[in-house]
Amino acid sequence: MTLVCRNGRRDSLTIRARLLDPGEGLDAQGAVTVEDGIVTAVEAGPAAPASLVLAPAFVDPHVHLRTPGREDEETIASGTEAAAAGGYCAIVAMPNTEPVVDTASVLQALVERAREEALVPTGFTAAISKGQRGEELTEMAELAAAGALAFTDDGRPVASPQLMRRALAYSAVAGRPLALHCEEPTLTQGGHMHEGAVSAELGLGGWPSVAETLMVERDLALAAYEGRPLHLQHLSARGSVDAVRRARLAGVAVSAEASPHHLCATDERLRTLDPNLKMNPPLRTEDDRRALVEALLDGTIDCVGTDHAPHARQEKDVPFEEAPFGVTGLETAFAVLHTELVREGDVPLVTLLERMSAGPARALGLPVPRIAVGEPANLVLLDLDAGWTVREDRFRSRSANSWLLGRTLVGAVVKTVADGRVVFDA
Amino acid sequence: MSRELRRHVLGVGDLTRGDAERLLDTARALERTLDREVKKLPALRGRLVVNLFYEASTRTLASFELAAKRLSADTMTIRSSGSSVDKGESLRDTSLTLAAYDPDVVVVRHPQIGAAALVASATEAHVVNAGDGKHQHPTQALLDLFTIREALGRLEGVTVAIVGDVLHSRVARSLVEALLLVGAEPVLVAPPTLLPRGIEEMGCEATTSIEALADVDVVYVLRMQSERMQAGAAFVPSLREYTALYGITPERVRPGQLVMHPGPMNRGIEIDPRVADSGASLVTTQVRSGLVVRMAVLYDLLTAPGLHVAATALEVA
Repeated sequence: MTLVCRNGRRDSLTIRARLLDPGEGLDAQGAVTVEDGIVTAVEAGPAAPASLVLAPAFVDPHVHLRTPGREDEETIASGTEAAAAGGYCAIVAMPNTEPVVDTASVLQALVERAREEALVPTGFTAAISKGQRGEELTEMAELAAAGALAFTDDGRPVASPQLMRRALAYSAVAGRPLALHCEEPTLTQGGHMHEGAVSAELGLGGWPSVAETLMVERDLALAAYEGRPLHLQHLSARGSVDAVRRARLAGVAVSAEASPHHLCATDERLRTLDPNLKMNPPLRTEDDRRALVEALLDGTIDCVGTDHAPHARQEKDVPFEEAPFGVTGLETAFAVLHTELVREGDVPLVTLLERMSAGPARALGLPVPRIAVGEPANLVLLDLDAGWTVREDRFRSRSANSWLLGRTLVGAVVKTVADGRVVFDA
Repeated sequence: MSRELRRHVLGVGDLTRGDAERLLDTARALERTLDREVKKLPALRGRLVVNLFYEASTRTLASFELAAKRLSADTMTIRSSGSSVDKGESLRDTSLTLAAYDPDVVVVRHPQIGAAALVASATEAHVVNAGDGKHQHPTQALLDLFTIREALGRLEGVTVAIVGDVLHSRVARSLVEALLLVGAEPVLVAPPTLLPRGIEEMGCEATTSIEALADVDVVYVLRMQSERMQAGAAFVPSLREYTALYGITPERVRPGQLVMHPGPMNRGIEIDPRVADSGASLVTTQVRSGLVVRMAVLYDLLTAPGLHVAATALEVA
């Protein structure tokens, strides 16, 4: 059992909309009937309002639930409510908590809490190294047995090539993939934003794109050498996606993720010095952003991960350099990507839906949500014409450190069905 | 530019060319009052200027204090040590606390970029950035413009080489922006490791060649900060080598060139004492400019904008 949520009813309902499941080759007006949580009929039928689309619900490979340790910022309950509002039927939590998820007992306690609290099925990852210190491997096999979906030191890189090589080799025993935060730490020391013309002008310490690309290249080389699969988290730079493309051609089993903010925004926005634009990796140039969008289109980037990173208000309400890295994203991911990429004509809707659902599910070995008879209902109903303004008081998340506050977005989640239950109904 | 828009001086970017020139004109008018026997003007009587300093400072703090006093404003200086900041109070809370005293101007110096902007969001007062990390130091740039204009009689087309640790320098960033604003031509000269990547996109030249000094009107020397030379974090191999390659020696200064330095100087490192004490050096002039320019900024923020009004008020004074 890799995904857990609180037990509940199984719902029955019928949804009428444009049915869109790229994986099933489904694109038709019609209705989906769900009985006791299972899809029992997918039928063509009379047109619903033209703006309504029913698609497989989203999967987020990269969420920080801040539990245990910082429940003031997010809990499993609040984080999964946010996920439900964002159209997600499954999310994967990162292990950089307090304490770090690096032993089976910490993980088991989390799984138990998720069984009581999680509105949306939630998977947990465990650390690659004890305490995420980058020194010794965690007991990966025991952690996998306790439910770890993947291993990651996310939030920081695995600096030592030797430890990374061992982790890659040993992950075969655990039978779970590694998810990597690629950053060469000696190149990002004192860094606060992308190194380029804007950082030069503002005086903020630079976080060069080569710091990411160098580590991506290293990890791809090690993965090729060890013959092990690899998942690369939150890529932000052109050089990194180029490296992934080359490695795939050479036969490396690599999946890659990009965040909504890296796909939609650039370092130019940092001129406002808004701490809600501070994230790791940082927003980069328009050229990098375009490379990410191209990679999303051609599948080099096979999934969108929000890197939802809640922070307490008092920690972000400080001068830029003092602020922690990270922004929230679960509740705005579809809307901002739809507004910025689909409506602008850069990415077809079907591609975005695939990269937010089947793509991440495959990357982390989770069941792929499908609109098909006999499948558990994992559905998201979207209104593509609905405009809404991102407001602090509307978040289900306990934190409001969104980079989109005040922005009006077009495209809204109307209903989310996760594992047969209606978990969000606008 | 509307009064609302220039409520704060957070960076040179907040100023139009007209604003900058008006401030320099006001500073010149104020400078004449320094020769009087009684140097105090009543212009800002009853106004409160708070200096909020989170970083060590001699000349900036002294000149803001004196500027406010010369204009008859009340002043209050809060330093990070010995205040609630020591007890972990956040910058926003300190700002809100001070706001309760209804200050007219808050002058902020802070080691972190964006600190002045944060204070501005927490107070109704005008906020003047007296240095936020490596970002901006707009009154330093204005006093440097004033110094150059008084020395050369113009700013348009004046060429200024800014030499040294550009990477860590808020003075360099502000000055480049200010020089471009008034039609002067900055060129940055630094070792490759202290020249931020992409800086030329601000619209200035950038070079690693000290030869670039030969063609300029003004050589502006930046402080070489020793903390940038700590083991493991050294941006150049040694101060000795830095001095050999980029130190401003008498041999590197052409007759007729002016030499400036924001202080404090590291004599014998970035600037040779023979240059610092020569007739070409404007270093002490800069300090005096600092006083009148800061008087002008306070005066301008707290009275109706425009030189005409300013000049009239000064006559009355």
